Amino acid sequence: MAKVKGDIIIDIEKCKGCELCIEACSQKSLETSRQVNQKGYLYIVKIEDNCTGCTNCALVCPEGAITVYRKTDKSKKQVAKITNITKDTTVTVNE
Amino acid sequence: MSELKLMKGNEALAEAAIRVGADAYFGYPITPQSEVLEYLSREAHARTGMVVLQAESEVASINMVYGAAGTGKKVFTSSSSPGMSLMQEGISYIACAELPCLLVNVNRGGPGLGTIQPGQGDYFQSVKGGGHGDYKMIVLAPSTVQEMADFVKLGFELAYKYRNPILILTDGALGQMMEKVELFSQQDRTFEDLGWNIIGRSNGRDSNVITSLHLKADKMEEINIRLQKKYNEMRKNEVRYETVNCDDADYIIVAYGLVARICQKSAQLARDKGLKVGVIRPITLFPYPEEVINNYADKVKGMFVVEMNAGQMLEDVKLSVNGKVPVEFHGRMGGVVPQPEEILEKLEEKLLGGSK
Amino acid sequence: MNEKRMLDDQHFEQMIEEESICTTDNKVYEAPLDALYDTAMHYCPGCGHGVVHRILAEVIEEMGIIKDIIGVAPVGCSVLAYNYLNIDMSEAAHGRASAAATGIKRVLPEKYVFSYQGDGDLAAIGTGETIHTCNRGENILILFINNGIYGMTGGQMAPTTLPGMKSTTSPFGRDVETMGAPLKITDLVAQLPGTAYVTRQSVHKPGNVRKTKKAIQKALEYQKNGDGGTCFVEVVSNCPSNWKMTPVQSNKWMEENMLPFYPLGDLKKPNGKEK
Repeated sequence: MAKVKGDIIIDIEKCKGCELCIEACSQKSLETSRQVNQKGYLYIVKIEDNCTGCTNCALVCPEGAITVYRKTDKSKKQVAKITNITKDTTVTVNE
Repeated sequence: MSELKLMKGNEALAEAAIRVGADAYFGYPITPQSEVLEYLSREAHARTGMVVLQAESEVASINMVYGAAGTGKKVFTSSSSPGMSLMQEGISYIACAELPCLLVNVNRGGPGLGTIQPGQGDYFQSVKGGGHGDYKMIVLAPSTVQEMADFVKLGFELAYKYRNPILILTDGALGQMMEKVELFSQQDRTFEDLGWNIIGRSNGRDSNVITSLHLKADKMEEINIRLQKKYNEMRKNEVRYETVNCDDADYIIVAYGLVARICQKSAQLARDKGLKVGVIRPITLFPYPEEVINNYADKVKGMFVVEMNAGQMLEDVKLSVNGKVPVEFHGRMGGVVPQPEEILEKLEEKLLGGSK
Repeated sequence: MNEKRMLDDQHFEQMIEEESICTTDNKVYEAPLDALYDTAMHYCPGCGHGVVHRILAEVIEEMGIIKDIIGVAPVGCSVLAYNYLNIDMSEAAHGRASAAATGIKRVLPEKYVFSYQGDGDLAAIGTGETIHTCNRGENILILFINNGIYGMTGGQMAPTTLPGMKSTTSPFGRDVETMGAPLKITDLVAQLPGTAYVTRQSVHKPGNVRKTKKAIQKALEYQKNGDGGTCFVEVVSNCPSNWKMTPVQSNKWMEENMLPFYPLGDLKKPNGKEK
C-alpha cells in the first residue's frame, strides 16, 4: 500500500507552544523543542518523518502557524472516468 | 423650494431631518420628545427610504447610531434628559472614534426622573462632557421652532466638517410648542466612500477600523492631542450668538434657548422703564461666545444670567467676564419657566440693589 | 527518542532541503493570508479565539466576501480582533456589539455584518441588546465565544461560569443559591421567532473546528439569502490562563465539564425547524 507523504512548516515565531497540535497529531510527529522563540515560548517542532499531511495540527492551531503539505501519490493510475449530470468523477486505484 | 408650515418643534426637527436626507434614526420613546420618533415612523421611510428603528433602550439606540455612523451614513437620535444620561457612554465612544452624527436633547426638568416640563439642567452634561474623558461636542441651542429645523441641517454639516457628534440642546417647551416654520426643500440622500468609513474593505486597501481603544498611553495621548486641536478649531470657527440691543446697554442679560426669548421681553419692559438692558443669546453653548461677553463686560455695569437650572451657564459667563463687572443670576428649576416681569424684578433687585 | 528530541533547527532545515515536499503544488493547508493579518496574536497560548478568528477568515476568503463584510468587535479578550482580521470593523462598547451591528446592517443591508462577542459581553452586560437583536430578527451573524469566565479582566465569574466553578469572584466555587445559575443564553435566543439558525459548536478538536467553520459558513449564507433572521453561533471555548490549566488540560476539562452543560449541536435551523 502506498503511503501518504506529508510535511508541515511551523512558523516558530508565531508558535506559543500550547501543544494542542501535539495532542491533535495521530502520528505523534510533533514535540516541544528545547529552544525558545523571540517571545520566549518553547515552540513546537516535527520530530518524526511520518507526517501524513492530515492538517489536524493546523486546524487546532490558535496561531495559524502551521502550513501543511501533502505529496500526491504518483503511483496511482486512472482506471475509469464516470460522467454524470453534475460532475466528472475520476476513479483511481493503487498499483 | 421652501414651504411655510405650522408645526411643533419636535415635528419640525423630524421634518427637517427627512428633508436634509438623513439615512437613519434610532430612538426610544421619552416625553417630551416622542413626537420625533412618532413623526419619523409615520413619514420618513415612505418618503426617502430613511431607516427608522425604535430600539429597546437609549443605550441601544446610541450604539446603533455608533455602528451606523461608522459607515459614514447620516444618522441621528433624540432623547430627553434621563435618556441622554443613558447615552453618555456611547457619546464618549462616538466622540473618540470621531464619528459624525446628530444628537438631540429635548431637556426636561431634573434631576432623577424629574418632570416632563422644560428645563435647562443638562447644560453641564452637554458642554462639559457628560460622559467620560476629554471630549467636546458642538452644542446648538435653538430658541424657536424655526431654529429646531434649521439646526438639523447645520448640525449635519458641522458633524461631517469636523467628524464629530453635534448636539442640539433644546427643551420640552420648544419641542412641544407650535410656531410657523419655513422648511427648506427636500435634499437627496447621498452616500460616498469617505476613506475612513467601514463599508467593506475595498480592493487595494487594508481594513478600516472604527475604534476608541488605544492601549498604549502615548498613542492615546496622541489621539487626545488631535481631538483637542480639533476642538480648538471649533472654538475658532464655530462660535455663534445673537445680541439684542446690547450696544447702548448698561446691563446685559445672558440666556440661551427658550429663556433668551423670555429675557428679550424682560429687556423690553426694562427699556420701557428707562433701564438700558440688552440680551446676549449664545447659540453655540460649545464653543462658547466668551470673547463677545468679555468685550461687552468692558462697556456695561453688570451681567445677569437667567437659566432654567441652578446656575450652570452662569459659570461660563463668570469665566468670560473674568471679574470685570458683577455677574448675578436668577434661575428656576424642576420644570418651572420664569416670567418676564419676574426676571426684570430679580435683575433690579440683584444688580441695582433696589426696587424691592 | 532522546536523540530526536535533540534535533536542532539546523538539522531540521537540512532535512527540509534534502527531500522537501513543501512546495506550492503540495500545499494542502495554509492560514488565510488576505482576511487575516500575518501577525502574532495577543491571545494566551492555546486560546480558542485564534482558531475562531482563523476559520472566520477562511470562510470570508472562500466565500469571496472581503469587500462585503463588516464586523463588530466586543469588549473582552477579542477587543482587538480588528488587529488580526483584515476586514472593515468597528469596536463597540461593552455589551453593545449587536446594537452597533444592527445600526450597520440597517444602513448597509446589502453587506454581511457580524458581531463577535464573549460571554460577559453578550450574556451579562449586553443581554438586553442580544435578546432584542435576536427578537427583531436582525439579519446578522452573532458569533458568541463562551469560555465561562471574564478573561480580559483576569478571571472573574461570568454569567456562563459553571456551578461550583472557581473564579476570582467565586473563589469557593459558583454557588447557584446566591450567585444564580449559569445562563444558557443560546437556548434562550433559540426560542425567539427572530432567530433563524442557532447552533453550539467548539474548536477543541480538528473535527469540531471543521464543524464550526461549516456553521459560520452556513450562517453567512443564510444571511445572504436573507430569509430567516438572526444567526447565532456559540463556540464553547477554553481559557487556560484563568482556568489555571495547560491548554491541553483546559480542552480536556472543557470536554468533561462544559460540554455536558452546554451540549454541542444545532438548536434551531432555518424556517423555524427546531432540532
